[in-house]
Amino acid sequence: MEKFISHTGSALPLKRSNVDTDQIIPAVYLKRVTRSGFEDGLFAAWRSDPEFVLNKAEYSKASILVAGADFGTGSSREHAVWALQNYGFKVVISSRFADIFRGNSLKAGLLTVILGQSDVEDLWSAIEEEPSLQIKVDLDTRLVSYKNQAISFDLDDYTRWRLMEGLDDIGLTLRKIDEVENFEEKRAKYKPKTLPVLS
Amino acid sequence: MAKTLAEKVWDDHLVRSASGEPDLLYIDLHLIHEVTSPQAFDGLRLANRAVRRPDLTIATEDHNVPTLNIDKPIADPVSRLQVDTLRKNCQEFGIRLHSLGDVEQGIVHVVGPQLGLTQPGMTIVCGDSHTSTHGAFGALAFGIGTSEVEHVLATQTLPLSRPKTMAINVEGSLKPGVTSKDIILAIIAKIGTGGGQGYILEYRGSAIRALSMEARMTICNMSIEAGARAGLIAPDETTFAYLKDRPHAPKGEDWQRALAYWSGLKSDSDAKFDKEITLDADQLSPFVTWGTNPGQGIALDGVIPSPQDFTDPEEVSAAERALVYMDLKAGTPMKKIKIDTVFLGSCTNGRIEDLRAAAEIIKGKKVASDIRMMVVPGSARVRLQAEAEGLDKLFLEAGAEWRSAGCSMCLGMNPDQLAPGERSASTSNRNFEGRQGKGGRTHLVSPLVAAATAIRGTLSSPADL
Repeated sequence: MEKFISHTGSALPLKRSNVDTDQIIPAVYLKRVTRSGFEDGLFAAWRSDPEFVLNKAEYSKASILVAGADFGTGSSREHAVWALQNYGFKVVISSRFADIFRGNSLKAGLLTVILGQSDVEDLWSAIEEEPSLQIKVDLDTRLVSYKNQAISFDLDDYTRWRLMEGLDDIGLTLRKIDEVENFEEKRAKYKPKTLPVLS
Repeated sequence: MAKTLAEKVWDDHLVRSASGEPDLLYIDLHLIHEVTSPQAFDGLRLANRAVRRPDLTIATEDHNVPTLNIDKPIADPVSRLQVDTLRKNCQEFGIRLHSLGDVEQGIVHVVGPQLGLTQPGMTIVCGDSHTSTHGAFGALAFGIGTSEVEHVLATQTLPLSRPKTMAINVEGSLKPGVTSKDIILAIIAKIGTGGGQGYILEYRGSAIRALSMEARMTICNMSIEAGARAGLIAPDETTFAYLKDRPHAPKGEDWQRALAYWSGLKSDSDAKFDKEITLDADQLSPFVTWGTNPGQGIALDGVIPSPQDFTDPEEVSAAERALVYMDLKAGTPMKKIKIDTVFLGSCTNGRIEDLRAAAEIIKGKKVASDIRMMVVPGSARVRLQAEAEGLDKLFLEAGAEWRSAGCSMCLGMNPDQLAPGERSASTSNRNFEGRQGKGGRTHLVSPLVAAATAIRGTLSSPADL
């Protein structure tokens, strides 16, 4: 995974709450077996409206998405994270993310940042006033900064370290595989196995 | 120290717990399907990794499969490639797969319990958010993304931070015509789509205890719609009776050992939940959604709310948007809403009891002439059972379509979709914009309301017939 230390770019205001993963990428786009090429499905239904914010020229270079509360609810499809990344987003900011979407994003290297709703609304105003406004999201200092503002955000030390080092979870767990083996030895024998049952 | 049920199951699966890092949890059962697994298998191949425990992994084809003409090759080449990819991956990595046409094929969350693979006190994951269904057995079960699918395939574990716990007490008894679907829709309307975020829910109380296993599964299934990754119910005699003699249930002395462990799986009387809410079952009536998220629900006897009824500005604008998308006006009685398609099926309400309940209403009556009713059993076994009971004939004679098993119109990934502007009464779990087909409008309902609506053509309860 690519290391994430800091990202600076312009942002796009998505002023809607409860953006579920079916909106981020509808199911018909999930038939592919690759991890790339999902950008065409991003917000597919809404993009047919020329007034939709993603279609506006002033936000065409945006790499930070600033969304309403409860972003990423619903389906566990990680394709939602890939679609955002494939389109060019590096960071999503919201006051609240759905648990599974948040987990997926931090595994796949899309930084999701939680700010207070009033900070999100201030950001929306600042972006709308100046669409090319450069916003810096820094993992080292855990700060979102623009103009003379610097807002701190929380991210647990472990996830922050993993993102900044670009480490993948599987590699980290495999270093502790002897502990997994120890656990397996003590597992109850009556627990089911999926091998077909012969009757 | 006193523990909640969720904490007990969590602690019994700790491979490693150290400060400054997430807990490492052992996974007892990993369910796989065609949509969220191909990229995970690719990742294994790239890193030259094996599947650690194929004997704790099982796959089925459900999301993307047709429900008609299943004896012919899948017509859509992209869907076909995805299903073929699952078949190749399962063969390469030695994973048991139930393909289209196999008697054990079906929706992954119907298949697990049916085989007896879902048991109390287990940890169960699947690349699907409705994995919470299995919580009905007192298992800790939750949906994961594809990166996590790869992690479980490679290590049979997941690094996770311990969630908080919430007790949802449902006391009293349900009136006739009110089902567990109405309970969960009412809970979601009460706490909102983000209300369960960061929590494991435990459904408790006399109304929950009185429910069958299948009804409990409907409740746990929709925990994710309240924002909770998992929801569970303490196992009891109902659970044990359901499990006994299922193909993968423990046998002989193993059954006794398992039973001894399972019997201790309940929250201690002095356990502390981070949050508690209570619902009065006697007050509940059939519940339906009017908007575009599962929290936008109301009693079927009610009227469509006005955005001004809400205080939170986010909810006001969400309601405004929802009414435009749904093409509905505030103040309209829910029962005046005209429906085009009725969908009976899904991992929420596609089990045999759901089909029996709907068939009982439909029996001897006709689906309204301008209504399309699709009945899609949750698994091939459910379909066979229904046919053995003659339920298929009751549906067909009423004018409904009788399909093969799969996720079908719940998510509209296969050809079973709503046309733009079409309106459904659906026993599934999500009423998101376009969920059942681009431009489609969804009202979530119980199987009883679905059947009554099919006959009358407008949202109705059996009491209206």
